[in-house]
Amino acid sequence: MSYISDIYTGIKTLLTGMSVTGKYFLTSRKGAITQQYPDNRSTLKMFERFRGEVVMPHDENNEHQCTGCQKCELACPNGSIEIIWDRGIDEATGKKKKFIDKHIYHLGLCTMCGLCIEACPTDAIVWAQNFENSTYDRTQLTKVLNRPGSKVKAGVED
Amino acid sequence: METTLVKSNFKSEEYFINMGPQHPATHGVLRLLLTIDGEIIKKVEPDLGYIHRSIEKMCERDSYQQIVHLTDRMDYLSSHINNEAVCLTVENALQLELPDRVKVIRTILSELTRIASHCLWWGVMGMDVGALTTYFYGFRDREMINDIFEETCGARLTMNYNIPGGLMFDIHPNFVQRTKDFIAHFKTKLPEYDTLLTGNVIFQKRTKGVGVLSKEDAISFGASGPVGRGSGYSCDVRKHHPYSAYDRVTFNEALKTEGDTFARYQVRIQEMWEAMSIIEQLIDNIPEGEHKVATNAVIKLPKGEYYQKVETARGELGVYIISIGTKNPYRLKFRSPGFSNLSLLNHIAVGGKIGDLVASMATLDLVIPDIDR
Repeated sequence: MSYISDIYTGIKTLLTGMSVTGKYFLTSRKGAITQQYPDNRSTLKMFERFRGEVVMPHDENNEHQCTGCQKCELACPNGSIEIIWDRGIDEATGKKKKFIDKHIYHLGLCTMCGLCIEACPTDAIVWAQNFENSTYDRTQLTKVLNRPGSKVKAGVED
Repeated sequence: METTLVKSNFKSEEYFINMGPQHPATHGVLRLLLTIDGEIIKKVEPDLGYIHRSIEKMCERDSYQQIVHLTDRMDYLSSHINNEAVCLTVENALQLELPDRVKVIRTILSELTRIASHCLWWGVMGMDVGALTTYFYGFRDREMINDIFEETCGARLTMNYNIPGGLMFDIHPNFVQRTKDFIAHFKTKLPEYDTLLTGNVIFQKRTKGVGVLSKEDAISFGASGPVGRGSGYSCDVRKHHPYSAYDRVTFNEALKTEGDTFARYQVRIQEMWEAMSIIEQLIDNIPEGEHKVATNAVIKLPKGEYYQKVETARGELGVYIISIGTKNPYRLKFRSPGFSNLSLLNHIAVGGKIGDLVASMATLDLVIPDIDR
């Protein structure tokens, strides 16, 4: 007898659970939470703090704000950032000054911890929100952040 | 007609099977060596090390700010709480007095992390015992928390939002509203969890009386978190050794005395209600103030030994630092909850069936990178 009553209560609680799933089945169009990626690429907007990759913004005169202080390189836990720097004559003051030759960023090593951007005293590097970073060749993940021929903005000191 | 004993050539003998490292029910790269007789389990031997990354050794190489992001990669479902554990240890060693704002925000984020972790656990638990629907419902609600994290911290899983001395940046202006929206949403959804799974007789038959752990065994195996509390062992670090803002909120420690799989299940469901009540007490009056206190760019801890424990979604996480006064720790040890909880798996699974092993393993809520580190 208990066998039959077990089957009965089993089916009864199953139907109780199915009242929940049935509700969502009937209202599925209204409450859809999935997104049709990649079809929605044109409208997809990431949050502004989202950590996609590190970039160095340049203004219209091809000038960035990196003074080559290497604080980001020191803050990075696993050597994703390498800075090749040199010293040259500052045109405005005529004194010797440090400037960057190449700001190399290894996206393939980066763990997106954000310590470099916290460490930067001049806000020269920021997060970009793009997340489609896959490539066919891992050498393409090593990026030079400063553009060719760019120089540091006048008056930026660390 | 006479009944005669039929002499057969079949005889019962014990044999090995491998469960994992790629079995879906092991939730990661955990390999279990099962000695079974028919379907009765005689012995369970966990084989670890498939995802060992020597995080403790890497910590000896890194500065104290850099250690924090490694702890995201241990118990990735409660990464915010792991970060908090390291930060609290360093702050206590430096004797920093944190602003109230930091403490309250950390507590809210920790409880959100706990709900997110339990949502995922609930979905996966249902899936392990054969109910696939729960997986999608659990992930649906967890997604809202992930959006809150993504907007405030910048990442969904590996947040790295705490730094020694406070928070990396202040909370997003939408944070409070989004959290309130989530609580209002989740209050209507959590009863559905009960309707769908908890009340189901088939689910109860799979879990009641399965994987029973007594209180004495829970203590002697070092069980903590919902596993210990399901056996009646009051071990909530938030209650017994309050940190951050837990001393200014009132909440009940979820306790069950049955010690079986269903009790551990109920403890986690109860914890989600408690976490919501903690967030509700704090979210309306986040104190104004700074989001961090200034520390030296190079943090050097005074010579000595420091220990701090916190309650993650899985249990008690301890951070033990030995410093010799340099900018790196001399030795850093994590006491992870998953490792101790895994150690009792053999004890509760022996004598049961393979299906019972899967059910009791689901309520241990193992996260393998936390066990291997």
